[in-house]
Amino acid sequence: MFNLFPLFSANTAIFNDAPQPWQLGFQDGASPTQEGITELHDSIFFYLVVICFGVLWVLSSVIVNFNSNKSQLVYKYANHGTLIELIWTITPALVLIAIAFPSFKLLYLMDEVISPSMTVKVAGHQWYWSYEYSDFINEDGESIEFDSYMVPETDLENGQLRLLDVDNRVVVPIDTHIRFIVTGADVIHDFAVPSLGLKIDAVPGRLNQTSVLIEREGVFYGQCSEICGVYHGFMPIAIEAVTPEKYLAWIDSQA
Amino acid sequence: MADVELKTAPADFRFPTTNQTRHCFTRYVEFHKCVNAKGEESDDCMKFAKYYRSLCPGEWVEKWNEQRENGTFPGPL
Repeated sequence: MFNLFPLFSANTAIFNDAPQPWQLGFQDGASPTQEGITELHDSIFFYLVVICFGVLWVLSSVIVNFNSNKSQLVYKYANHGTLIELIWTITPALVLIAIAFPSFKLLYLMDEVISPSMTVKVAGHQWYWSYEYSDFINEDGESIEFDSYMVPETDLENGQLRLLDVDNRVVVPIDTHIRFIVTGADVIHDFAVPSLGLKIDAVPGRLNQTSVLIEREGVFYGQCSEICGVYHGFMPIAIEAVTPEKYLAWIDSQA
Repeated sequence: MADVELKTAPADFRFPTTNQTRHCFTRYVEFHKCVNAKGEESDDCMKFAKYYRSLCPGEWVEKWNEQRENGTFPGPL
């Protein structure tokens, strides 16, 4: 939630692209989708706080002022109060309308069809992910395919994140419209990467499409988000976003 | 490196929603219809080949190829 600026360098920011202990807010966004989601959340949160204060104020006023020790007067025959009923109907309606505007705006923005520049196919297995890059094939007619397993705790090197780091990351270029085609190989999984605003079910027999545009370099972590068996919590996702040049070099090395 | 252009199967207005299963299947069928009509080596068909390869998981393509060889492929070839 907070950017930490090291004291010795004002230009280096450390972004929160993985879950932090006791974290309250979202991870730092790296795509327009996630930035939109964070902004929508913040604007709804404003109304949430106002309503919370209002309700707590009324509740505490009633408890403090009208408890049995304080006041014996009770309006037994109060059947209606037109003005207050108007207020507490119209005000929530207005609040809902105020929330609906940015919500629908984001929803339709996320739904915009943008022709992608590359496609990455993702298949969820029990209990790992496999990736295919088939936009280009090498001389043998094969596309780039690899599996991505979590690094077991016993094999973690210094600096690696427990339950998040994988042996083979998904390498993609920044500033490129990427289409992910997600499916499941056995049971339903879910491909989720919070920093990129990605969450899409991986269903066997179905190809779910989602798009992302990554705005900065970095490694973005996510975890399977649909219960899929004993190791559901141990099949993470790591997307490494690099410059287009490094991406092409990586493609060359894989082919 | 700067003149390398990344291309993939374009967004198809016939399949505007999240579920792209039919999109992959249609491209596969279109390729094989094209091959049946124009022959294996035709360049026009390579476009469809690239599209279905980009969209369809390798396992699905292998399964469909087997089905075509067996004569059990459930598509309008």
